[in-house]
Amino acid sequence: MPPQILLIEDEPNIAEAIRFLLTRDGCDVAVITNGAEAMGALSKTAPDLVILDLMLPGLSGLQILSDMRASPDFAALPVLMLSAKGQERDKEAALAAGVSVFMTKPFDNKDMREAVQRLLGGG
Amino acid sequence: MVAALSGSKLRARRMALGLRQGDVARAAGVSASYLNLIEHNRRRVPDDVLARLAQALGQPADSFADGAGAAHHDDLRSIALAWPRAELTRVDEFALRFPGWADTVLAMHQRTLALEAAIAAVNDRMSHDPHLPATLHEVLSAVASVRSTSAILAETEDLEPEWQARFLRNLEQDSARLAKGADALVRYLDSGGQVEAQGTAAPQEEVEAWAARLEWQIADDSNFAGLSGPARDMARDLQAQVRADLAALPDASYRAARALYGADPVAIAAACHAPPFAAFRRIAFDKLGPPAGLVACDASGTLVLRRPVLGFSLPRFGAACPLWPLFTALARPLQPITAQAAVGQRGAAAQFTLRAFCAPSHPMGFAGPELRTAMMLIVPQDQGQSAPMPPSAPPSQPLNAPMAMGSSCRVCDVAPCAARREASILA
Repeated sequence: MPPQILLIEDEPNIAEAIRFLLTRDGCDVAVITNGAEAMGALSKTAPDLVILDLMLPGLSGLQILSDMRASPDFAALPVLMLSAKGQERDKEAALAAGVSVFMTKPFDNKDMREAVQRLLGGG
Repeated sequence: MVAALSGSKLRARRMALGLRQGDVARAAGVSASYLNLIEHNRRRVPDDVLARLAQALGQPADSFADGAGAAHHDDLRSIALAWPRAELTRVDEFALRFPGWADTVLAMHQRTLALEAAIAAVNDRMSHDPHLPATLHEVLSAVASVRSTSAILAETEDLEPEWQARFLRNLEQDSARLAKGADALVRYLDSGGQVEAQGTAAPQEEVEAWAARLEWQIADDSNFAGLSGPARDMARDLQAQVRADLAALPDASYRAARALYGADPVAIAAACHAPPFAAFRRIAFDKLGPPAGLVACDASGTLVLRRPVLGFSLPRFGAACPLWPLFTALARPLQPITAQAAVGQRGAAAQFTLRAFCAPSHPMGFAGPELRTAMMLIVPQDQGQSAPMPPSAPPSQPLNAPMAMGSSCRVCDVAPCAARREASILA
């Protein structure tokens, strides 16, 4: 069974590019665009990895991350966070909240794919 | 200019008269060695000594005086106070012996103040302007998408035609977004932190920029061209207020009270039976009087009017220094609050007299809430002292020693500061 990835990203073109790349890498990628739907989608898809945008409509990426870490079901789930803000304090907040890898936009496709492989335990 | 040297003029006159230094010194009641220092521009000439020397040399003291230079001396002393390594005791000698360098130091000091003010304005805008983070986020998101998409197009050799078409379309969309975002950023940065009606300025900023263009002489100008609708309404309100101020404080009575009480708006208002805020605005917008700044805030502390004065930065988006007496006044309605402020480089570059007052209002009567407005007049210290008070009008509050304060924490280098909220970028 291919690795399941939940991509929570409100920029459709970025989401499309990421999904394309990771699908070609053999992953099964589900995409949602609203932060408020995140916890429901997590329960429904039971992913192996979450790729989470920081700034989202509905609920921020940081809040979703905090909610995940507070939930026994998702406390240990790897999370790759993407941020277009690029500020050090955002990174610090994400690390404090328990993010696995923090990447700033724009990112290198190769770096992103390698990070995903690493978090899935294959790299 | 500092170049007109009193000492050199005195020496030239003495020598033209063929008088000996000792004789002139004796006649003026000073020692010969002191006169020697004066003549070689190593000591500044006090007014009383200059008067006696002038008398001894048979020429009016004015012909030797160096008024502009004296003002420069004061400025240089302020700079020396701010920079501990500067030899404070040798300011006079420096100014008199090296007038060109003194001018250069003063010019650089003014430039530093101007740059600090510019940094404060830009930083304030970048920190609090809601449009900038949104625009930057938009640009970064578009760049991220362009980078990923273009890399896919460039690096994926076996890309199916339908995916290729899709990614090219995405690329086109993101390029358009990027162009739009870049254009917004360029317009923003091109304004240099100045307030221009470009769709991003708040109405209050537009009104303040409009008033500044008119040097705050807004009573008679009805040209609101370039202002947005909300800004026009605010400008009209402010104009009506200024006209009411002129009616409440007609020129003759205002000038008479101003001569008597200096820049004390509460005293002027009391003397003229006018509302205190009318006197605050009259002083701050008075083109004939010495320059003065003005800020007003509502009960939340939000600044609702800013008339800047050189050397005292005013934050554009609130978050002002909590040490301002403006906020003390807000908590003590109807009580005049005065403070001496040291503002700028190491808290010693410029000193101001701050006078604040708060008035509550009840526009809906008993049925409505109490509203509060506070105003603070910012008067550069060299002109901030009131004229001597008549015995019947004691000062409302004694002036204390200057307190170091700033504009807002991010651009204030006062340290330590009990009221600091965040680190300064100038530290």
